[in-house]
Amino acid sequence: MASYYFTIIGTLDRPLYELEFASFKNPTAQGVPGKSQFSASVKEILPFIANSSLDVVEDAQWNSNQFHLGKIDAFFGLQVNGYITQGNIKFLLCYETPTNANLALHAKQDDTTLKQFFNEVNDLYVKCLLNPFYSVNDAITSPDFDLRVKLIVRKYL
Amino acid sequence: MSRSGEEVWKNSTEKINSELFTLTYGSVVAQLCSDYNNNYNLVNKQLDSMGYNIGIRLIEEFLAKTGAARCHTMKETAEIILKVGFKMFLNITPQVDNWSLDNRQFSLILNENPLADFVELPSDAKDLWYSQILCGVLRGALHMVQLDVSVWFVKDVLKGDDITELKLKLNKILKDEVPAGED
Repeated sequence: MASYYFTIIGTLDRPLYELEFASFKNPTAQGVPGKSQFSASVKEILPFIANSSLDVVEDAQWNSNQFHLGKIDAFFGLQVNGYITQGNIKFLLCYETPTNANLALHAKQDDTTLKQFFNEVNDLYVKCLLNPFYSVNDAITSPDFDLRVKLIVRKYL
Repeated sequence: MSRSGEEVWKNSTEKINSELFTLTYGSVVAQLCSDYNNNYNLVNKQLDSMGYNIGIRLIEEFLAKTGAARCHTMKETAEIILKVGFKMFLNITPQVDNWSLDNRQFSLILNENPLADFVELPSDAKDLWYSQILCGVLRGALHMVQLDVSVWFVKDVLKGDDITELKLKLNKILKDEVPAGED
């Protein structure tokens, strides 16, 4: 059961939204399903890990014509996947590498599901942006957005 | 001869992209909110008076395009507003309900509201009636056909209500005379 940290970073490198969760697939007996299991020391540096990969995102965006940039960074066993929207908003997903043997298989599956995950979050973000009371780089506080992200999480991760 | 709302909508209404329309209205409301420092009562009032100014012009176009004849009862008026007015300008047909005993007041129930797509109200905007402009339009249009009415929102799905509901109440039927200006 992998743990994830998802964050949306605005054009001014400020976080707009963040969410910590764990995979709903193959839940183990320990803990509540969906509750992340980062250790306390990792938990507090997650935003730093995400933000430190912003430079890599900005380099990677010119080498690819895809919005989904794939795995862009790693930090002591934490993988960082990035996605950049047309409006230069970054979606970052940090997650712990699974320790089991079929790592390659896992990585392959992950890439397509992550792509779908990011695409759906992007759709959701666009809807949020269409709200006349929301302007670019405002923090996303809408409970509806939060709920919908969680539904997407449940569906893909 | 009067034409049906469907017919007017199909043949003689200029159409624009609904997202352009929704977003334009959204920007207007959001701008008003920031101009009035989130004093939502003032925003409502301003939207209402903008609507009134639209309504007093819109009625001319409405009469020219539909050739609707004079209504004799409020029931007829309601029917025309719903099935022709809303249909030809917004392509929606609200439901009418809750007639008062004296037939002077009724509810308009909007099953869909093209003004409010994508909108999520800020959590402090409890007093804002986002689509208040509709009230103004109805008031203005009816004023020009000698009906003095009050129109107000009682429910809005944006505020978490189950339906969007407007109340329309006939105050009095004006004599044929030049109507006084809004201000």
